[in-house]
Amino acid sequence: MKQTTLTYKLVMAATGLFLCFFLVIHLLGNLQLLLPASEAREQFNWYSHLLSGNILINIISYVLYLSLIGHAIYALIITNKNAAASGQKYVYDKRSEVSSWNSRNMGILGTIILIFLVIHFKDYWYVYKFGYLPLDAKGNKDLYAIVNQSFQQGWYIIIYELSFIALGFHLLHGFFSASRTLGLYHPKYSKWVRVFGWMYSLAITLGFMLIPIYIYFNLNAL
Amino acid sequence: MKLYLKVWRQEDREAKGDLVSYEVDGISEHMSFLEMLDLLNERLIGKGERVIEFDHDCREGICGACGMMINGRAHGPLTGTTTCQLHMRSFKDGETVYIEPFRAAAFPVLRDLKIDRSAFDHIIQSGGYISASTGQAPESNSIPIAHEVTEAAFDAAACIGCGACVATCKNSSAALFTSAKISHLVLLPQGKLESADRVINMVAQMDAEGFGHCSNTEACEVECPQQISVLHIGRMNYEYSKALVFRK
Repeated sequence: MKQTTLTYKLVMAATGLFLCFFLVIHLLGNLQLLLPASEAREQFNWYSHLLSGNILINIISYVLYLSLIGHAIYALIITNKNAAASGQKYVYDKRSEVSSWNSRNMGILGTIILIFLVIHFKDYWYVYKFGYLPLDAKGNKDLYAIVNQSFQQGWYIIIYELSFIALGFHLLHGFFSASRTLGLYHPKYSKWVRVFGWMYSLAITLGFMLIPIYIYFNLNAL
Repeated sequence: MKLYLKVWRQEDREAKGDLVSYEVDGISEHMSFLEMLDLLNERLIGKGERVIEFDHDCREGICGACGMMINGRAHGPLTGTTTCQLHMRSFKDGETVYIEPFRAAAFPVLRDLKIDRSAFDHIIQSGGYISASTGQAPESNSIPIAHEVTEAAFDAAACIGCGACVATCKNSSAALFTSAKISHLVLLPQGKLESADRVINMVAQMDAEGFGHCSNTEACEVECPQQISVLHIGRMNYEYSKALVFRK
């Protein structure tokens, strides 16, 4: 079947919402890092080991990789098509007055998130899967040590925090936009989804932003 | 009042256009924007210059013929207004006003501020109708339709096809225009019958004309003179997905 502008957007919505779902699970898992230091190490390493050894999680992780790559590639195709559709530029352009900044710059926000993901995958995912890691007292790979170590560097925290802000604005438009693309047109529920999207974006963003700061200032030692 | 205009002048479709400056004084604040251009054109005729060409017809905000970018906004600074219904009281004396044609790859400039919007006609031709034998109008109460349904359909049908939605969209998407027509017809029993084929064909035509994707920035709803709701885009997406699954 020939793909249309609407089927492209359907793929963006489906992959995007799956990634939204993943973020909830990822955040819940990471919140274990906020436990008191000794407990956090065992708990977090045990959790990481549990995930990497589970066949179901492994299958879902491939869906995740596909969603990430698909979301990025489709975004690129859509952006190219849109640039071609726009034709000649306006000399004097004030169109930005009638829409939100983040809704117009999803591509830029997405690119920031993608660059972040390369760093994030390289430093944790790659090291956990293919690198050498010491074991903790329970015999699990000590991922906690690496996390703890990396969040002692100020510049690293800044990269993370800025990326989370980009993620927050991306989600703020993306979540509601996906619901529209999937065909939600009921005025009442559309409003609810927008409110829910706000709460979701805020919870995810603040949740992820808290963790590096918490570790940097050693708040779990208190 | 006196205005400094910067108007897009372009000889024909292929020519390279540019902004040309005009000083226009003696403008009354009661003039419509088009009457202000009429005034300038009269003076250009007096000087033996070619007039600034622009589309217009009813000049009462219901035909959809007029439309231009005024100071970077479709149909000017007001919302819910066509260019002909914009009056000079919305501008300040001595202001510089930029006037450009609506732009999109699917809307080529014919001359000056006049654009070719036949892409919209092609979308309507691809499914924006019901197949019924013409004849005498049937008894209007033979198919009962609830009042709120007719009102909702009429809200969608109010689209005048001016193209402001495309002009203001960063992707030059025709989603609001196309969805308004799909929504209008799918709400009514006569239109429901062919809804699956209609949505597939109209979306295919929309793409073939070279319009972009809808990013749901909702700028179109703000600039639409008829304030067509973006929820129609949601309904189009719903009808499209339904057609993908259930169409034979």
